[in-house]
Amino acid sequence: MAEALQPHLPTLLWAIPLLPLLAATAVAFLPDARGRIASKLAIGALGVSCVLALLATACTLTPGVDKPFRLTTSATWFTFGESALKVGVLLDPMSAAMIAMVTFVALWIFIYSTGYMADEKRFGRFFGFLSLFCGAMLMVVLANSLLLLFIAWELVGLASYLLIGFYFEKPSAAAAAQKAFITTRVGDMAFFLGMIWLYRQTGTLLFYDGGNGLLESAALASLAGTTTLGGLTVSAAAALLLLVGAMGKSGQVPLHTWLPDAMEGPTPVSALIHAATMVAAGVFMVARVHPIFANGDGVTTALTATAWIGGITALYAACVAVAQYDFKRILAYSTVSQLGFMMVALGTGGVGAAMFHLIAHAFFKALLFLSAGSVIHGCHGEQDIRKMGGLSKPLRRTFLAYSIGMMALAGFPFLFSGFWSKEAILHSAEIWPGGKGPFALAVAAALLTAFYMTRQALLVFFGKPRRPGVEHPHESPGVILVPLYVLAAGAVLLSLIATPFWPWFEKWIDGEAARFHGGAFGEHGAIGLLILSLALVTVGVGAGWAVYRRVSDDSGAPDPLSGKLGPLWRLLENAMGFDALYQKAIIGPLAMLASLIDAIERGILVPVMAAGETVLKAFGRLTGASDERGLNAGFDGACSGLKRRAAGASGAQTGRIQSYLRTIGLGVAVLLVLYLWL
Amino acid sequence: MLLTLILAPLAGAALLAAWRGAGDRAAGRFAAWWSLIPIVLVALLGFRGANPGGAMAAWSLDWIPDAGIALTFVVDGTSWLFLLLTSLVTTFVLAISLQKGLTSRSYAALILVMETMLLGVFTARHFIPFFLCWEMTLIPAYLLIRLWGGPNAPRAARRFFIVTLGGGVCMLLGFLALQIGVGTMDFGQLAEMASKGDLTKTLATAFAGTALTGPTLLLFVAIAVLLGLAVKIPIVPFHAWLPDAYAEAPTPITILLTGLLSKMGVYGLLRVFLPIFPETFAVLAPWLAALAVATVLLGALAALAQKDLKRILAYSSVNHLGYCVLAAAAVVASQGDRESASSAISGAFLQAFNHGIIASAMFFGIAILESRSGGRRGLDDFGGLRARVPVLCGLMGLAIFASLGLPGLSGFIGEFLVFNGTFGLLPWAAAVSVLGLLFTAVFLLRLIRKVFHGPLGEGLSTWPDLSTAERWLFAPVIALIVIPGLWPQVLLRFLNADTLRLLDFLKP
Amino acid sequence: MNPLAVLLTLSSVLFALGLFAVLTRRNTILVLVGIELMLNAANLNFIGFWRYGPPDPQLTGPMFVLFGIAIAAAEAAVGLAIILMVFRHTRSTDLNASNSLHG
Repeated sequence: MAEALQPHLPTLLWAIPLLPLLAATAVAFLPDARGRIASKLAIGALGVSCVLALLATACTLTPGVDKPFRLTTSATWFTFGESALKVGVLLDPMSAAMIAMVTFVALWIFIYSTGYMADEKRFGRFFGFLSLFCGAMLMVVLANSLLLLFIAWELVGLASYLLIGFYFEKPSAAAAAQKAFITTRVGDMAFFLGMIWLYRQTGTLLFYDGGNGLLESAALASLAGTTTLGGLTVSAAAALLLLVGAMGKSGQVPLHTWLPDAMEGPTPVSALIHAATMVAAGVFMVARVHPIFANGDGVTTALTATAWIGGITALYAACVAVAQYDFKRILAYSTVSQLGFMMVALGTGGVGAAMFHLIAHAFFKALLFLSAGSVIHGCHGEQDIRKMGGLSKPLRRTFLAYSIGMMALAGFPFLFSGFWSKEAILHSAEIWPGGKGPFALAVAAALLTAFYMTRQALLVFFGKPRRPGVEHPHESPGVILVPLYVLAAGAVLLSLIATPFWPWFEKWIDGEAARFHGGAFGEHGAIGLLILSLALVTVGVGAGWAVYRRVSDDSGAPDPLSGKLGPLWRLLENAMGFDALYQKAIIGPLAMLASLIDAIERGILVPVMAAGETVLKAFGRLTGASDERGLNAGFDGACSGLKRRAAGASGAQTGRIQSYLRTIGLGVAVLLVLYLWL
Repeated sequence: MLLTLILAPLAGAALLAAWRGAGDRAAGRFAAWWSLIPIVLVALLGFRGANPGGAMAAWSLDWIPDAGIALTFVVDGTSWLFLLLTSLVTTFVLAISLQKGLTSRSYAALILVMETMLLGVFTARHFIPFFLCWEMTLIPAYLLIRLWGGPNAPRAARRFFIVTLGGGVCMLLGFLALQIGVGTMDFGQLAEMASKGDLTKTLATAFAGTALTGPTLLLFVAIAVLLGLAVKIPIVPFHAWLPDAYAEAPTPITILLTGLLSKMGVYGLLRVFLPIFPETFAVLAPWLAALAVATVLLGALAALAQKDLKRILAYSSVNHLGYCVLAAAAVVASQGDRESASSAISGAFLQAFNHGIIASAMFFGIAILESRSGGRRGLDDFGGLRARVPVLCGLMGLAIFASLGLPGLSGFIGEFLVFNGTFGLLPWAAAVSVLGLLFTAVFLLRLIRKVFHGPLGEGLSTWPDLSTAERWLFAPVIALIVIPGLWPQVLLRFLNADTLRLLDFLKP
Repeated sequence: MNPLAVLLTLSSVLFALGLFAVLTRRNTILVLVGIELMLNAANLNFIGFWRYGPPDPQLTGPMFVLFGIAIAAAEAAVGLAIILMVFRHTRSTDLNASNSLHG
């Protein structure tokens, strides 16, 4: 099967992103009333993409080959001057894992959406935007060119903008959409510069191009061999710029503020874009260009920066998640925190671990968001966890699915993918030669993860109902529940392929064959790490249980921790005041600068122009007057004088022929006299 | 063929002038149909392709042989792109004027006259015909703003006229100095001399009586020419005339101003200034780069502070054309990095072309908003329109995203090539100018949020969505935004050979 | 006094009388008569110079005279016609009445 497909792979690869994009284009021309057709079109196109993606993934599973599977294509997109800019697609285990995950998770989220969004007026539009997103996201992961990746990267940003602002009538949603686009664009501009820098330095943007690609040795050597500002190599400087891009997209501190606000979008969007796939694009991008990050001796600057930013983000977001009340915002901060984990892994060299956490996180976080959607749906739109409680009975099936996702995220041992992926990340951070800082941050974040997830689970599903206005929560229909169970199954089953005993996934990503490795625990204190992980979960869950076991029946009562933490709690509630800081430090001054420039224009440039105009006008008056009084007066005087004299002279013109004849005669006589005597 | 192309709109204007009994709509319809002739002719030229020397068509007349003044017009790939833009935008403007009921006999005739002059500017290869056409565009533009514009139009039109005329005078003085000193005003000959480094020497001998040295003289000439171009593009701080003129002109005329008249400046900067004055680049480079960065950033920041939709887009035009200037500055600063320079030049031409199309689409959207709302166009006058008129908002939104450089739409390729070229030559200028791309996103998204999003504004609930006619008018423009975005080669294939030829003149 | 001198004197007198009439008469018809007199004075000169000058077998003088008489006749006819037209227009033969060319 795989062999039969090989020759057609390039075409198939292009088809994977193009099918959803074409569906999106088609949906754009459908009227709103044809929403059902739009959803069928979108799901059909994505379904075909999913099958193709799984087939393509199958092609990369060639066991026993030491060389990593890598299929690249390149074609000239356009030429300028004498240079040609090439783009292409790339299939290797990394992109294969991503396309399989994206199409699979997205397909189930699409199906979920047909139930969740059933009452929407713009139902068809919604699927159009989702299709656009999926096509662009698949292009991100399949791109064999940094430029193509950037293009698709911006398009997923557009889709995210459109979907966050799906309820654009709400000013908060409109503002959140704008904030998301602009904040990520800050990162994108750095990405843009980094990309151009790489292009100027190496003359190519293709990742792999038979030895001439950006990630291949010749280009890497050229990047490492040139030094620029501050003693950085071009490689490090460009990598840092790309990292800023990834930070914007993946919500890393300090460019994370848009992600919690992005929860204004419909819940399936939060699940697909702002948890499972798009926000992971930053992580994927860093993983893709990891050779540039790691280009240099030992622990490079770019990697150190990545690890530290990841660690700080992981801990920061986990802290903030503890103090949130909105069901989806907690999950959003959790996403930020988990993305931080992935960055830690990338920074400390664990590309395989990062990718595995990315895939696993996509499953269980999508699951959590979809469960959240199901709960919110059941509670008629209520999102505040203080107003929930005791939902495990009326929403039993949702609760089951949720608890699998929650345990995976919190890192319950052995059965859940989240445990193994976090374990792998901690392992990677621990053995990192660049210091123990990121490791410590990640450990603390892991502890808090277990804590805040326990808090959420207890507040939502246990205890007594605190639901003013939500008396009769109802369980969601099958079309919503089935995707939950599929994703839950994924979150569990993934744990089989990446345990330390059989690290198939990481080996696959690294292009090696996996062996069963029974003695894995004997190495480098791995057993100690395992015990640490277990302890983290136990302590986190235990603490959460201890604090939130008994919460007040009153939905307005303060959080048990708020009294103990005091001002720190309020700081966490406000997400450490980043928004206010940006408002004061960036948006305000920028607006002032803009008004200042406008005032300068109106107050200086325009008056200068007006003054110039006045001077010209005065000059015009002056010359006009001098013309009138001087030149014109002289000329006019001459003319009228001439006219007067002419009137006298014309008296000779009597009109009488005899007088003319006389004059002629006189003239002849005079001429005769002159002729004869002179 | 070329002469027919250039004169065809003028002939249309003459016919309109002679057709005394024409009603307003009949005249407008006639002009709109007539303006298809240049499009057809330009398309024919495009299909015919270029000869090995790069010319698609040429026409020349020794007008005043004693002074070496010839009316020389040549179309090559780059000119062709601008001819295409001119003919398309003119037809678009005539069509939307007709649709808005703005047109009349004299209005349509003036637009056609302007088209002839623009076609002349984009093909002239000698300063005299170039300058004649350059200045002759001012008269119809002045009248169109003055007679059909808003309440402050007389003042705006007067300032527009005076300032651009002043720039034109500077340019004329510069070239007169060349005529006196070097004895020719033919662009090709001047560029030929400049590439050999003869311009400075010849000027120095011709003005041996003055105390000035050759390089100083040439610098003065270059600055004079640059002033004329800077006013037209415009480059900060010579842009003060622009916001008022754009805001006060009737919206279709604003499209002409931003879509075509500003392109004359860009075209002149890249095709006239660059090849003739390479000897002054070393001195001018830092100044031009600073002005370009200022144009990019101040344009975007000033747009942030505006409350009037047309003024926002006016400053947005300043910002976008700033990238063209940035590219020119990069080329001026280039030390023989051919690839970067070719990227910058290609990017600047693409950016100019695409900006013409994108700005047309955006201003058309504003025109529709104006006609629906009875002339209001404040940023806060609307709200939630997307719920009421989704098609209009969708199409305008597409144009806006193209304008902020979303990949996949035409705006991106130009910006990518400009920055790619600039980064190789002026890394700091490129890095700072990237902020301009960011600010552009801020003010354009704010526009979307305030006008399209949020709760539906008062009195908007009865608005009809786009009529069939309006959709058909949008269609070609949108197609021209999407197709070059996905397949930039469709435009670049006309540019590449000329770009290389231009670079040959710039060898240090 | 030789005959030629007599003839020339006569013709001079005739010419002077004609010129005087042309310049002083206000009646158009008399002006025309003056013109005829001047013409005939010229004819007399032709005949006189032919008769007393060197021999001329080709009869140039009489030829001119014959043409002159024919022209005079034609001229009288055209002149009278013009005078008649002017008379119809101005109801007068006074030359000073038709002064529409005055400056």
